[in-house]
Order: sequence, then structure tokens, then C-alpha cells
Amino acid sequence: MAEWLDDFLFTYENLIHALGIHGLLALSMYCVMALGQLSLGQAAFMGLGAYTGALLTLKLGLPFWLVLPISALVPALVALVIGGPTLRLNGVYLAISTIALGEVLRVLYINAESLTGGALGLSGIPQKASLWLVYGLLAVCIAGFWAIGRSRIGRAMEAMREDEMAAGVMGVNLPLYKLGALIASAMLAGLAGSLAAHSNSFIGPNEYGFEAAVTILSFALLGGIGTPIAPVIGAFVLTALPELLRPLADFRLVFNGLIIVLAVLFLPRGIVPFRLRRAP
Amino acid sequence: MSALLSARGLTMQFRGLLAVNAVDVDVAAGSVHGIIGPNGAGKTTFFNLISGLLRPTSGSLTLDGQDVTALPPYARTRMGLARTFQNIRMFSDMSVLENVMTGMHTRLKAPGWSALLRLPGFRAEEREARAQAMELLEFVGLADKADGRSGSLAYGEQRRLEIARALASRPRLLLLDEPAAGMNPAETRELAVLLKQLGQRDVTLLLVEHDMGFVMDLCDRITVLNFGRKIAEGGPRDIRNDSSVIEAYLGSKVAERLAKAHGA
Repeated sequence: MAEWLDDFLFTYENLIHALGIHGLLALSMYCVMALGQLSLGQAAFMGLGAYTGALLTLKLGLPFWLVLPISALVPALVALVIGGPTLRLNGVYLAISTIALGEVLRVLYINAESLTGGALGLSGIPQKASLWLVYGLLAVCIAGFWAIGRSRIGRAMEAMREDEMAAGVMGVNLPLYKLGALIASAMLAGLAGSLAAHSNSFIGPNEYGFEAAVTILSFALLGGIGTPIAPVIGAFVLTALPELLRPLADFRLVFNGLIIVLAVLFLPRGIVPFRLRRAP
Repeated sequence: MSALLSARGLTMQFRGLLAVNAVDVDVAAGSVHGIIGPNGAGKTTFFNLISGLLRPTSGSLTLDGQDVTALPPYARTRMGLARTFQNIRMFSDMSVLENVMTGMHTRLKAPGWSALLRLPGFRAEEREARAQAMELLEFVGLADKADGRSGSLAYGEQRRLEIARALASRPRLLLLDEPAAGMNPAETRELAVLLKQLGQRDVTLLLVEHDMGFVMDLCDRITVLNFGRKIAEGGPRDIRNDSSVIEAYLGSKVAERLAKAHGA
């Protein structure tokens, strides 16, 4: 590898990891928003994946190739359980109930001290998430969403986003699609969480609360949800910006809020406003 | 002819309001059946009960002999029911063609993983779906707009697209909620021609409409609703001369005067 590239990767390794992981989180947000649902539970699912992955590695010493799928499976099971009651809700009510999930889990992590390390969190997690793995998964997921988007499933998803009642009348099994999307998004967020835990080597209970949920939402709002690549670009921009504007770093959340407001006002379709063609 | 759709004692109560009150209707297979009535008679509520957007307070619905009273809309679509909406419900951002292909949802069977891997089976099905969608667009006269954004179509075109999208599921029973609303006389005539051709596709039609000329011209049988109750039923000729129908539309005084004038 060229020397300058080595230097670059060494200096910015954390940032480059974060970009890829945030890209996966943005995709998990896309997965629910593409159906017109609003969930603020992505951070909670990410936390579940992170804690699951960290504990399996630290306490049981399982190999990473086994840890990763289990970190996706645990949030998926939780999504399956909460999906039944919460998917009867729509719009802000679903968002509020998924915020509650994040809070419940946060309190759980803090109080299950012997297992989760309480407020101190877990540290010393081996750094097993290579850049190849992170970006390979990101590329596979984008391609997967792209392929699914250009099928009857993608058409049904966009139809639900535009007019849920009409989509139901077209024969789209609305509860099944909502539950499927929530489970898939939980798996992606869990995967991202586990990758983050195995790249930062530290996780704490306060990383997966409301702030993180809003940050993940802002990825998709800024990028747009017309194509699967759009929210990923949104995540890249919002993750790289604070690095570029280091003096502003303390105001990162203010900045995120400002960007959400501006995006909603001036760019309702995001900075990548194109949509996927859904006919062959 | 046997009944494709049967409603028995169908009742929908919204708090104090009986929007649909113990209505019995049989829609014969292969027929064109009209539902008419003054504003607020319960026609749209009746439609929403049939398509499953509302669950009746009491009564039952059978489609082709099977009880569908408790089924959600998507399950009824799978059984051969399709509908259009009074206030058009297009997937506006999607192309005209994509709208029709969305209507095929229940008929496309290739599983998700075959779409993910772009397997030959999936591709063949999509090609076939596209060809069928184009055929339907030709049928309603929108083939040249297939790739345009559906939200940009003119009003009358959107109505025809809704019909094509509903036909895409290959329904046996098609519900049309005021298909001629907002159309000019020329468009209404074109629509009537189009709907008459549906009979050849083995589609039974149940329609709500205000344009009397349109209804009388098209329907084999007409049910008249007023204040949620069925007040008359029969062929177009019977309905035109039915005193209770005239009274519902024009009020009792006018009806009396008309009766006298006819008697004199």
C-alpha cells in the first residue's frame, strides 16, 4: 500500500470506521422510513447489538464470525416482540413508543451492573471490526436494498409510503411489511452496534439514547430516502462535518438540529433527491 | 346467475349515526350493478365495508360463497376484489407503469431472495408483469404516458389509471367509487365505452355514481340507498319510475306533483 494512504488511514482510522458504521445505521433508518414509518428505536437496537456483541466476546470469548450474526439476531428478536403491539401505532405514536424502548434498555444497562458494567460500561473490547468488513457489509447492504427496491417488494414499500390505505387495497399485507421492515432495520442497527463496539473498544449505556436516535434520523432526513444510497451519503456528510468543523464540535447536536430543520424546510427529499425506478 | 357478492343485514353505526342500516344486496356474477342515492345515503360507507376498510357493526359479507366479513383489505384483494377511490388515490411519485405494476402485487410470486439475487425466474416474471401492465395501459389509453410521473397526469387520465391499476390484480369484482366524478361529458362517454368492454374480461362491476344517465346506460341492476337503508332495487326502467326513489331525490312534494302530472 502506498505510504500516504497508510498515513491517511492511520490518522483518520476512527473517522473512517465511524463513516461506515453510520452508513449502516442510516440504512437501518431507511429500512423503516421507506415504508413511511417513523421509528426512533434504531439507537436502542444498535445498543442491543453492541452489548450483545461485547458480552459475547468478553465473557464467552466466542469467535467474531459467530458474534456478529448473534448481535443482529438479538435485536431482531426484540423487534419481533415489540412489533406486535407497537406497529398498531402510526406516525409520532410509533416514534414515541420506540423512544421508550431506548430508555428502558438504558436503565437496564445501568442497573445490571454485574453483567453490563453499569454506568461505567464495558471496555477492553478487542478491535476486530476491520475496515474491509465494515465497508464490505455496507456495500452488500446497499446492493441488497437496491435489488429489493426494484421488485414488487420495493414497489409495495413505496406505495405504503405514499398512501398506506391504497397500498392495502392493492393487496399489500401491511402488518407483515411493517414487521418485516422493523426486524430488518433492527438487525442492521444491531450489526452496526456490534461493529462499533469492536472498533471503539468501549461502550457505555448513554451512547444509545434519544440523542443517538435523533442523529440516526438526521442521516436519513438529510440524505433522503429516494434511493438506498441517499441516507448513507447523509450519514457521511453528518459524520465528516464535525471533523471538518472541529471548532464547532461541541455544537454538533445544535448543528444536527439545524440541519434537520433546514433539510425539512428546503430539501424535503434530501440532498440526494432521486428515486429508484421500480419497473424493469 | 349466481351471486358473486352477497351482503346480508350489513350495518355500520358511527356512534349515533346509522350510516348503513341492515342492507341486503346480491351482486350477480357477470353483471354491472349500480348503487345510487342522494348525498349522505351511505354509498361510500357501503363501499368501504365491501372492500374491508371498515368492519361492519353487524351483518355479513360473502364473496363467491366465502365469508369475508372479518378479512382485511389485502386478503380480499387476493380473493378477487379490487376498487378505485372517489377522491383519486394515486401513488403520485411513481411512474404510470409502476402504479399498474403495484396493482399486480398479489399475483407476482417470485420470492424476495430471488429478487435479491436477480435470478432468471424473477427477471422473467418482472418482464411479463411489465408487458401485462403495458397492455392494460393500452386498454385505458395511457400507453404513451407509461414512464411519466402519475401525479402529473390530467384528472381524467388519473381516473383511467386507477381503473388500470385495479384491473392489474385480475379482479373478479371491481368496485368503482364515482368513476365519472369530475369528468366532462366526452370523457364520461369514453369511460362508459371502456367499462362496457370490461364485461368481456369477465369482470363484474359494482359502481357508485351520481351521473344518472351514465348509471342508467351502464347498469343491469340498480340498488337505491337513502339514509343508510335500501329503498329500492331493480333494473334501470323500474328504478326510474319508482315513486320512493323520486321522493328520495326530489322530496315528497315534488314527487306528488309529478305523480299527479303523470296521472292527468
